[in-house]
Amino acid sequence: MIDLHGFGPALAAGTLMTIKLALCALVLGLVLGLAGALAKTSSSWILVYIGGLYSTVVRGIPELLWVLLMYFGTVNAMRALGTWLGRPDLELSPFAAGVLALGLCFGAYATEVFRGALLAVPPGHREAGLALGLSTVRIYWRIILPQMWRMALPGLGNLFMILMKDTALVSVIGLEEIMRRSQIAVTASKQPFTFFLVAALIYLSLTIVAMIGLHFLERQASRGFVRATV
Amino acid sequence: MNNCKKILLALAAVFALVSQAAVADKLRIGTEGAYPPFNLTDASGKVVGFDMDIAHALCAKMKAECEVVTSDWDGIIPALNAKKFDFIVASMSITDERKQAVDFTDPYYTNKLQFIGPKSAKVAVDKAGLKGKAVGTQRATIAGEWLEKNMGDAVDLKLYDTQENAYLDLSSGRIDLVLGDVFVNWGWLKSDAGKEFEFKGEPVFDNDKIGIAVRKNDPLREKLNAALKEIIADGTYKKINDQYFPFSIL
Amino acid sequence: MQWDVILQALPKLLQGVVLTLELVALSCIAGLIFAIPMGIARASTRWYVRSLPYGYIFLFRGTPLLVQLFLVYYGLAQFEAVRQGPLWPYLRDPFWCAVITMTMHTTAYIAEIVRGALQAVPAGEIEAARALGMSKTQTLLFITLPRAIRIGLPAYSNEVILMLKGSALASTVTLLELTGMARTIIARTYLPVEIFFAAGVLYLLIAYVLVLGFKLLEKVLRVDTGQLGR
Repeated sequence: MIDLHGFGPALAAGTLMTIKLALCALVLGLVLGLAGALAKTSSSWILVYIGGLYSTVVRGIPELLWVLLMYFGTVNAMRALGTWLGRPDLELSPFAAGVLALGLCFGAYATEVFRGALLAVPPGHREAGLALGLSTVRIYWRIILPQMWRMALPGLGNLFMILMKDTALVSVIGLEEIMRRSQIAVTASKQPFTFFLVAALIYLSLTIVAMIGLHFLERQASRGFVRATV
Repeated sequence: MNNCKKILLALAAVFALVSQAAVADKLRIGTEGAYPPFNLTDASGKVVGFDMDIAHALCAKMKAECEVVTSDWDGIIPALNAKKFDFIVASMSITDERKQAVDFTDPYYTNKLQFIGPKSAKVAVDKAGLKGKAVGTQRATIAGEWLEKNMGDAVDLKLYDTQENAYLDLSSGRIDLVLGDVFVNWGWLKSDAGKEFEFKGEPVFDNDKIGIAVRKNDPLREKLNAALKEIIADGTYKKINDQYFPFSIL
Repeated sequence: MQWDVILQALPKLLQGVVLTLELVALSCIAGLIFAIPMGIARASTRWYVRSLPYGYIFLFRGTPLLVQLFLVYYGLAQFEAVRQGPLWPYLRDPFWCAVITMTMHTTAYIAEIVRGALQAVPAGEIEAARALGMSKTQTLLFITLPRAIRIGLPAYSNEVILMLKGSALASTVTLLELTGMARTIIARTYLPVEIFFAAGVLYLLIAYVLVLGFKLLEKVLRVDTGQLGR
């Protein structure tokens, strides 16, 4: 089929790195997104302002710039934090910088998705919780978040696909994921088309797998509702 | 406050796990891994080449355990200062501008800059001959700096992320010439891809000293200098040199 | 923060802004032109009309822009036939490679927006047009499309912002747009935080102006349709 010039295992290792990067950034992004959405829908104007600032600023700056900034721009801040903690050598690896940058960007978009989903939970449910004497935390934990999850899932799925493709940007700071490995293979083989095409195919298969996974998740999350409408 | 500090410490521990925090007795060599024959990455992901052989020989003399970290070229000095690694062995020219950001060891080889272009094209390597020509080189190199200073208004300068990408565009005909390190050019001309190309004119800049970069005021510099003297004196350097070039590049 | 460095870099960065704007404007306008027929075909009820645009959209949305850019720029040049072909004068220029790739990429996304907007046009309006004796083409041109443009405009403005951020990738193929210019300046000054900060602020400003422009356009279009209604 396609001659990989012995770079097959290297590309496989790169794929694994891409998946690890995407999943770690997803976890961070979900946490940030949820925090952002709770801030934006809260009753405190300061929190609303902070949440809005976060999602606006982060979404207005290219992901590539965030990746570069996270890697090269956090040196002094990390050193200051490290000194305070008694560990002056604190620093970010390309992987950690990639997770932070991509998680930050994912979180900014997820803020909007979660916010929409939070607002879509009927206010009566919250009132019912209050009437039952539940605390605010319990109302969120037991009533609002489980319902919101179902409505946020399609939007989050889209964001995850975008995130997976954005992992290619971390190649610029030297993380050996799919793109970086392909470039190395191009240097050795002088066949840019072949290897970038292989990279494209790998990303495409990752997208397909993610789509299938998402389909099952959505079915799982909405099972009560499917039955109710039948 | 104390609680907050504890949480941050836990977070820092997590980061340390993913960020391979510096281990005191292990030295990290920063290089690019895309600059054959000086440093390149092979199919297994290992970085090899002249720079790496020299670096490992130095580590052996210093009795230090070393590991190699690769970085994008235009971020390699910021990465050194960010302690992503401890010294750069990546065929880096010693320049005054760079000296403001880092310290250099004694040079470990001397480089020249020379143009290469297609055999079929006749080019005079001076301001008049280069007028309007598209010339490629790597971003953040002395070749780029030289072109900007001396030919800035004459040539159409193209800056690439890696030297290899400049060669790709030379073979595809997007650019007319590449200005680069003479030994790197020599290596490429010898490869299959370089068959139709040749050196153009005389070297334009011939006293380009290549050194190892360390962070400012890092005592590591003296240790590297001592080890460098040793490998030159005991013939290790010559052995490595001969593996790559039929002439001395020191 | 060394403000004088930013000040010194500003003229160069503004030059980069001009190139960034050219890239975004060309690709988003060309993308819209190609996307409208593609979106119409994608919304077709016949499977053989639908399948080709579906495949195109799937391929371009499933792979990273960076991979597509490298395939077009470095990949195509691998083939002698392309280098001798009639398109080479354009393909040899990094600017056109970036414009072509960004256009192909954004076309896929805009086509999906067009499809969604077309399908969101209320069925009653189309039926009404048909009942008034309009032909299918007339209905599409005078009723469905104008309605769909209004429905799809917010999503299109989002896509333009995404392309603004995507244009940062052009820095990897020697173009000195905003990010490329920033990286070149950093190569000389070794001050990543200052320069990336300045570039980030410029991106935010561009995004802000674009969002304002689209808000204005939305208002104008609404007023227009409102008058028609009277």
